[in-house]
Amino acid sequence: MALNKEMSAADVVGQLRSGMTIGIGGWGPRRKPMALVREILRSGLKDLTIVAYGGPEVGMLCAAGKVKKLVYGFVTMDAIPLEPYFRKAREAGAIEVMEIDEGMFEWGLRAAGMRMSFLPTRCGLASDVLARNPQLKTVRSPYDDGEVYVAMPALRLDAALLHVNEADRLGNTLNRANDPLFDHLFARAAERCYVSTETLVDRFALDAASAKLNFFERYLVSGVVHAPFGAHPTYSGPDYGWDLEHLKRYNASAADDNGWQQYVAEFVACSEAEYLAKAGGAERLAKLKTPVF
Amino acid sequence: MNQMTTVETSADTATLAELMIVAASEAWRDNGELLASGIGIVPRLGASLAKLTHSPELLMTDSETFLVEEPIPLGPRGDYVPKYSGYMSFDRVFECVWGGRRHAMIGPTQIDRWGQTNLSVVGGSYEKPKSAILGVRGLPGNSINHLNSMFVPNHGPRVFVAGEVDMVSGVGYRAERWAPGMKHDYLDLRLIVTDLCVMDFGGPDKWAGHGLRVRSLHPGVSFEQVQAATGFTLARVDDLRETPLPSAEQLAIIRRLDPHNLRATAVKGNPPAVRAAA
Repeated sequence: MALNKEMSAADVVGQLRSGMTIGIGGWGPRRKPMALVREILRSGLKDLTIVAYGGPEVGMLCAAGKVKKLVYGFVTMDAIPLEPYFRKAREAGAIEVMEIDEGMFEWGLRAAGMRMSFLPTRCGLASDVLARNPQLKTVRSPYDDGEVYVAMPALRLDAALLHVNEADRLGNTLNRANDPLFDHLFARAAERCYVSTETLVDRFALDAASAKLNFFERYLVSGVVHAPFGAHPTYSGPDYGWDLEHLKRYNASAADDNGWQQYVAEFVACSEAEYLAKAGGAERLAKLKTPVF
Repeated sequence: MNQMTTVETSADTATLAELMIVAASEAWRDNGELLASGIGIVPRLGASLAKLTHSPELLMTDSETFLVEEPIPLGPRGDYVPKYSGYMSFDRVFECVWGGRRHAMIGPTQIDRWGQTNLSVVGGSYEKPKSAILGVRGLPGNSINHLNSMFVPNHGPRVFVAGEVDMVSGVGYRAERWAPGMKHDYLDLRLIVTDLCVMDFGGPDKWAGHGLRVRSLHPGVSFEQVQAATGFTLARVDDLRETPLPSAEQLAIIRRLDPHNLRATAVKGNPPAVRAAA
């Protein structure tokens, strides 16, 4: 088989366009495809609609002026509850928002993956989610109960960016985290899905226990990027934990006048290899402990 | 860290946070078999205490991905190894939420007289808020699907607002917001545990904004003090009593579950449970 979907992070960003709707997998400080996000930060892309269970990637993209619109239920880094650059952008009115319930968000991705126009849910009824998103409609059950639901519209993505533990060049992926989260739904909701991976091999030859950790089919995957520690500073269990020291520093930068510019100068305006060296190097990163809650 | 003989267990020295943990645990009494989700230090310890005392039938997670029958202590665990009994990924938490078998307790930024809650934005306009918090998170779905209680470490008019909350995230008993056909059968708001009192929604007419009712006052707190710290009129139970102090057994469990004393950060200044009268 001639399939080889390996590409560089720059290749991925080269296939994205300004104005696209881009879904980002993970959840808060968990399993964010940060190497791909950093490549977007280095690019000329702009006017993006970002769809995410938001963590620091949302704050960074907002700080860099890449975001036109944000579709989200929250943005947080958990240990640091309030994401500083998201807050700045939100409070400045610098971004359009579609703020929805976490479950509505999942339903929107599912609807897109199933090629449905919407899926019904009670989540959002009687809240300001409907009032603040006048494009959201309700639908009445055609059955005897006549119940009224939110018709959660499909969240169709031009591209999805995900991070996994292992992949092969055909586009098969394994997620070894305790919680696979909703990454598979992002893959299904997207026209094209790009995956960064800790390890990359030509072709998997797995035992059954490992093969069960494959959560979406390779036909959904357009590109695979070998990016060790590619989720840093978020965590990617079981390989490494979050880098609280780095996240605190990132958080503190928002309090300085040129904090973002300084963060960019140090951690973005460089190659990914340089980034990892500046973040402490592979030896340090491999020892980062997964968080205890 | 499990040596109970070395910890102080006198109720005389209980902190307000410990009293609130005991009060919070009551939210989960007689709920039956459901997922108890206490988000934050006091709610989590409250749920854990409930499971270890009056309600062993509760389901709990390790606050991450796995179900446990023995509540997990907070913070670094030393040589403690969790014993998992099942799996509860985020995906499955959503399925649990929509099926209704859950009772969550969280700390909203704002609460109004209808029990509506806000975790999104405060002040200014929606487009340009004075303060952006987290977002509505799962509050719309939680509130319309299963039991919910609330934790407030700083009872005051900025939390218990005079009008509606700035961004209704969790829904409540506000009739105008429920159009015909919208089902509120599963809306069931239970306890609000604050640093001053315990409240419920048993007031004279919760659908008219008169639901919030003081059930008990913490030691040294008067009803007038609670009312003055609330942006709307509160009801009170006829036999308004003092919130019970933790027992020695409860204190021992709390201290074992929180070996690093994270609960000392839950209420500003970590005051004692019995405060000098104002």
